[in-house]
Amino acid sequence: MNTATHYDVAIIGAGMAGLAAGIRLAHFGKRVCIFERHNAVGGLNSFYSISGRKYDVGLHAMTNWVPPGTKGTPLGKLLRQLRIERDEFALHPQKRSRIAFGPRGETSLTFTNDFAVLEAEVAQKFPAQIDGFRRLVALVRTYDDVSLDAVPESARAVVRRHLSDPLLEDMLFCPVMYYGSASEHDMEFGQFVIMFKALFLEGFARPVDGVRVILRVLLDKYRHAGGERRMKCGVKRIIAGSGRADRLLLDDGTEITAAHIISTIGAAETERLCEAKSQTSDPKSQMERAPHAGHPVGRLSYCETITVLDRPPSALGWGEDTIIFFNDSERFTYEQSRDAVDARSGVICLPNNFAFPDGQDLPEGLFRCTCLANYDAWTGLAEEAAYQAEKTRWYGEIQHSALRFMPALPAADTLSRATIATDMFTPRTITKFTGHLGGAIYGSPVKIRDGRTPLANVYLAGTDQGFLGIVGAMLSGISMANFHVLAGPKA
Amino acid sequence: MTKDACKKIVLDIIADIAPDEDISNLKSDVRLRDQMQLDSMDFLDIVMELRKQHGIEVPEADYIHLASLDSCADYLTPKFEALGK
Repeated sequence: MNTATHYDVAIIGAGMAGLAAGIRLAHFGKRVCIFERHNAVGGLNSFYSISGRKYDVGLHAMTNWVPPGTKGTPLGKLLRQLRIERDEFALHPQKRSRIAFGPRGETSLTFTNDFAVLEAEVAQKFPAQIDGFRRLVALVRTYDDVSLDAVPESARAVVRRHLSDPLLEDMLFCPVMYYGSASEHDMEFGQFVIMFKALFLEGFARPVDGVRVILRVLLDKYRHAGGERRMKCGVKRIIAGSGRADRLLLDDGTEITAAHIISTIGAAETERLCEAKSQTSDPKSQMERAPHAGHPVGRLSYCETITVLDRPPSALGWGEDTIIFFNDSERFTYEQSRDAVDARSGVICLPNNFAFPDGQDLPEGLFRCTCLANYDAWTGLAEEAAYQAEKTRWYGEIQHSALRFMPALPAADTLSRATIATDMFTPRTITKFTGHLGGAIYGSPVKIRDGRTPLANVYLAGTDQGFLGIVGAMLSGISMANFHVLAGPKA
Repeated sequence: MTKDACKKIVLDIIADIAPDEDISNLKSDVRLRDQMQLDSMDFLDIVMELRKQHGIEVPEADYIHLASLDSCADYLTPKFEALGK
């Protein structure tokens, strides 16, 4: 039991960013404690069990995969900074992924962890665009995306300077946005670059046992370095005075002090910890306090359906695709869903379809589909029965939409006959387990690259600092720990 | 402390923070950055490990002295000696 009352650094949230920051700080002798409200680590990339069956949340695939020996990429930086050997993550690369557009996926771009595959696909399907595409890729490769003080620029505007076909433009934006954009319609070019590199120039991989492997490695490193953590003990309030955080009021009613505080829970969420006095900690009722003049809450949330199969997807003829990004409409619309779910576009993930070593595979088949969803529509369902009915209805709608982009099955009931369990998360689930306001997985559209807050010793890391994706989240924790604590004036 | 012993200490730290680099043929008089993929995060780690493992402080203004193994030895050896090492 960790019951100290003072730390060099207190970290709020035991997700990827918090754990990575904690490892750095503990390694260099800081007395550090991570406070986590939930009973599991991982935050937005966590896991759970129902009926003895293990599920991942968040992670479809780890992005930023590069072959062993590749230097100077985010994965390599991350491994070095956390003193993790590459083999510890036990990553296995994807088979192939697709971007499928049109009512039946008529236009498709295949990509793998070898960028030449995507380049050849663009040359073949969009011959008039290939020169512009190559110029865009050259720009992406040389762009300084980790600069903490870059001038924001519209990614759509930059891409349109190189590509004139809106279909190709939308097809490139679809995966990039779905895997990290907190902004509707457009995103900041630096963020586009981070995701373009993570998805296309680098690639997808996964440990056989999913995100829990990554989390186990991080926890082991943290514990070994001497870091402390308190689970099921969130921070209820940051008590400030003279522009600094004086102390933290914990969920259990006790108070602690810390020289530095790294908050990974989001910008608006952190802001509310600072101003919360007698208010309820129920995020929904906080959302309803209007108007709120502070940091904007993200508008984009998601539903995901998880279908457990009694056979691997390959037995259904679905053995080739790892991830499929789909859109059925003339333009790709990335915005807050008007209905409870917007099933026109989405992401399909088949976690079995990575190049696992012989004899290793997931114990069951999995088929996951993610679509944009509306937070208010899901949280407005007061009755549990109504919520469950909506889940059942939209589970069907999402699956129906996604199946249009999969290889055809022999019979209409093939999938349901192979299904042995299902689950689904909604915006309500996201807020319940992660505390993210608005069910906004990717946080606020306004990112704070230097992590600074109005309080001099409180820094943001994770989603709202703006390094995207699972590797980005870890690098965010590392960067903020380095920048504000280890290399800071009082280090 | 000899300069060679000092270089060995720096090499051990580099091997620890960048296990994916081949450090067997590093030239003493050439900038480390030009022989290996080391970024500012890695240099911060060299400084931090010097403090953690050996109690040596390198102020930010002096990072420039860590450019090559030779300059590391010139700069760090007196610091080790001052600590009685």
